[in-house]
Amino acid sequence: MSWLTKLLPPKIKREQGVQRRASLPEGLWSKCPSCEAVLYMTDLENNQQVCPKCGHHNRLGSRQRLDLLLDGEGRFEIGAEVVPVDSLKFKDSRKYPDRLMEANQSTGESDSLIVLQGAIKTLPVVAAAFEFDFMGGSMGSVLGERFVRGVQVAVEQKMPFICITASGGARMQEGLFSLMQMAKTTAALTKLSEAGLPFISILTDPTMGGVSASFAFVGDVVIAEPNALIGFAGPRVIEQTVREKLPEGFQRSEFLLDKGAIDMIVDRRDLRDQVARVLALLQKLPAAA
Amino acid sequence: MKTSFLDFEQSIADLESKIEQLRYAQDDSAVDISDEIERLEKKSAQLTKEVYGKLTPWQISQVARHPQRPYTLDYLSLIFTDFEELHGDRAFADDHAIVGGLARFNGQPVMVIGHQKGRDTKEKIYRNFGMPRPEGYRKALRLMKLAEKFGLPVMTFVDTPGAYPGIDAEERGQSEAIGRNLYEMAELKVPVIVTIIGEGGSGGALAIAVGDVVQMLQYSTYSVISPEGCASILWKSAEKAPEAAETMGITAQRLKTLGLIDKIVSEPLGGAHRDHAAMAQSLKKSLQEALKQFDGMPTADLLATRYERLMGYGRFKEQAVG
Repeated sequence: MSWLTKLLPPKIKREQGVQRRASLPEGLWSKCPSCEAVLYMTDLENNQQVCPKCGHHNRLGSRQRLDLLLDGEGRFEIGAEVVPVDSLKFKDSRKYPDRLMEANQSTGESDSLIVLQGAIKTLPVVAAAFEFDFMGGSMGSVLGERFVRGVQVAVEQKMPFICITASGGARMQEGLFSLMQMAKTTAALTKLSEAGLPFISILTDPTMGGVSASFAFVGDVVIAEPNALIGFAGPRVIEQTVREKLPEGFQRSEFLLDKGAIDMIVDRRDLRDQVARVLALLQKLPAAA
Repeated sequence: MKTSFLDFEQSIADLESKIEQLRYAQDDSAVDISDEIERLEKKSAQLTKEVYGKLTPWQISQVARHPQRPYTLDYLSLIFTDFEELHGDRAFADDHAIVGGLARFNGQPVMVIGHQKGRDTKEKIYRNFGMPRPEGYRKALRLMKLAEKFGLPVMTFVDTPGAYPGIDAEERGQSEAIGRNLYEMAELKVPVIVTIIGEGGSGGALAIAVGDVVQMLQYSTYSVISPEGCASILWKSAEKAPEAAETMGITAQRLKTLGLIDKIVSEPLGGAHRDHAAMAQSLKKSLQEALKQFDGMPTADLLATRYERLMGYGRFKEQAVG
């Protein structure tokens, strides 16, 4: 512990409700991984973990994401009762249940997707957010089922569905079951469309593999956070295959916008307002005051 | 065509080459050794049966990738008639890693779509080793929508190491192309019969594999990632591919037990590559049975059943929330 941290009263060291991220150094000060500016933690928190100097978006946990997106009141969690099983008795260097347990201990979550029914500026929605720190936000059976249950609630209650992705892709420990979640999650969205309800897909760093190549890009509106890594194959795999250097900014949000793959890039600090505006337009509701 | 043998088939290869020598000797020999040849042929068949009776998942994935294994175009000429190949995605290019078009199956018009690998180096490059780019999936989707418009059943043949991991593929929206297919196939208003004929590699396979019947040839594989890929990520060494193949569950047998596929189509002794015609016969019979199920089935029922199947994928448990 540095002399500075020792001097601080415990209350300031940890803001209540905000989980400390493993990627951020502890204490009062933080160094931006992008511009290396030394930042006051409170400033960073006030800026939703976006660097006030350079705009670098640090990764966020799923609950923090949903906290920032949704109104404070009237939230219900969907699908929390669904929890993982080790159906293949999968074992690599470690057993799958051990990995699950460790992920559970470090994140406090039972799998990598949290789904909440709530509202954005009083407009009712169902919103799902990936927990990247839970096994790389990988998509397995539980994620697929929670996603589908979320969509079903949205259809039944006639609400838009929003999903914020952060994932390395499919969960290998569930073998082909994980691949099938791509088909399952995406198929569920056909019901949302039939009901005339919007699906807003928000892609954050990183959104790769089976998550990118399933529901992520079938959003009615696809939004990305600045400089997020988004793509199907990982940059290293591509580099090894084509044996050439990847272009500058390859698979980043700005690159995708330029290639016509996404609708817009939205700064996290404007995201809630922007999503509310888009939803109001799609649902032919009056503009918010 | 001379059979090429895989590493684990060494004993069969040795015996076969001995038979070959004897046959050669027979030609200019006064002594009749045909009995001996026959005896050895029987022995070879027995040996093949034994070897193939206990293949490991890793060995099966070698058979699935066998260079002489029948590909989509082989089945097209052996099973179908009147094939009219249709090209292009109408937006960018014609992807040679996916072929498709109209054809007759027992006289009935159908749409056939499948991955296509190449045999020699030149053709392998032309087919991009069976790894599609976005325009391949978009062509496939275009053909499926065409089939839907004219009420033709769709038969897909899956055989790909996976989607092409290239710069251009990413630039043109690989992710969107695959995702779009998954979405559209979930509600395509005609029957879709999927057969994994070789390698069912990940998203590149799934993009034409959402259907009403999913069957696998006996020695084909279907997986979320290649055994080598899985090994290099989880074990940090591609050498562990055999272990990865074992634990991931990639074989027809294992996937049938897990309820992820409907049916296993048996292959001729020693694998499909040993006898293309026999393989095609076996596959044709199976396709026939699959297609018959949808005779006169109302579209609403077809779609409801498919949706239920898709929603049923996954293993988890439910517990009270604390």
